[in-house]
Amino acid sequence: MDKFEPVIVAFCCHYCAYTAADMAGSKRIPYPPNVKIVRVPCSGKVDAIHIMKALEKGADGVYVAGCLEGDCHFKKGNLNAAHRVEYVKKLLDETGIGGDRVEMVMMSAGMGEVFAQTATTITEKIRKLGPNPAKFPSNRKAASNE
Amino acid sequence: MITAERKPLEEIIECIRPYDRILLVGCNECVTVCAAGGRKEVGLLASALRMAFMKEGRTLEITELTLERQCDPEYVEELVTMIDAADAVLSMACGCGVQEVARRYKNKPVYPAVNTKFMGASVSQGVWAERCQGCGDCILGLTGGICPVARCSKRLLNGPCGGSTSGKCEISDDVECAWQLIWDRMKELGIQDRYEEVMVAKDWRTSRDGGPRKIVREDLA
Ligand code: SF4
Ligand code: SF4
Repeated sequence: MDKFEPVIVAFCCHYCAYTAADMAGSKRIPYPPNVKIVRVPCSGKVDAIHIMKALEKGADGVYVAGCLEGDCHFKKGNLNAAHRVEYVKKLLDETGIGGDRVEMVMMSAGMGEVFAQTATTITEKIRKLGPNPAKFPSNRKAASNE
Repeated sequence: MITAERKPLEEIIECIRPYDRILLVGCNECVTVCAAGGRKEVGLLASALRMAFMKEGRTLEITELTLERQCDPEYVEELVTMIDAADAVLSMACGCGVQEVARRYKNKPVYPAVNTKFMGASVSQGVWAERCQGCGDCILGLTGGICPVARCSKRLLNGPCGGSTSGKCEISDDVECAWQLIWDRMKELGIQDRYEEVMVAKDWRTSRDGGPRKIVREDLA
């Protein structure tokens, strides 16, 4: 367990969190390499199945990062995403995997620090929760090699 | 549409626990529209079940398929090529679909993954409400297009009862009084005088009281 390095998938909206990640990079603000970013055209593009599949394929945690409330490029994609994350949380609680492995976060494109801080906080939270219980030891290894 | 809701995961897991290979079958009609058992829900349930079993150290093999309609033999026939590879079928269709699969594949256990609820309409995104109970002798023409059978808690044909308060039914503030709705609508249509006519007792034999029902269209049958 000491060596456990969580694999975290972050679905980041092109208009905010993804640019914020870029900003963190150009400002040389470090954030944990555990976070694997998937760029999406809007956080509202992220469906429940994408989050479920990420976990099923071996992620230990998933978060969706969208724009601040009221700032969504597509008006309310971020709110739709937040509702879906809530839905998945309940489903994961029922499954016994635990809804706390999934989060919705919001930030603007300029918030490089917030991006790095969020990535760190979520990585530490998942590290404490331990490996995704739905992972066999074999695909646990595969996932961390990817 | 016929509405449904997914059963609690725990109940579904208990049903399929004895099996290793599950054929999970959705339906592209009503249950898709009410977000209970279409392709998306099939995918989510399959993923959730796989993870629940992996957590127990077991691999569950799930084949996902969403039929155009699960209550029609033509479409249920499509399962023929995959049924042998499954130990059991888990159906996300309404009760009609589940039964059609059970009828066609006699030696295969079939389990429902949803609770079929009622015939209803979409009120708003994500909200569905009961509208019809299939009484077999529709009286909507007499009630301004609002069904007292499905929407009055007491199924009164000559309402409202004394419990109707500020448009709400006495059972709950969340339930609109059907007879208030009927009255408002009659007023809107300028046919209030019809309200005075006493409705005679309904013959419930056309409803479930006459036993299981069947329709035969001789020109088609
Ligand atoms: S009167 Fe009967 S058939 Fe007509 S809507 Fe009501 S329950 Fe349905
Ligand atoms: S309050 Fe209205 S809807 Fe409720 S039982 Fe009485 S008449 Fe029916």
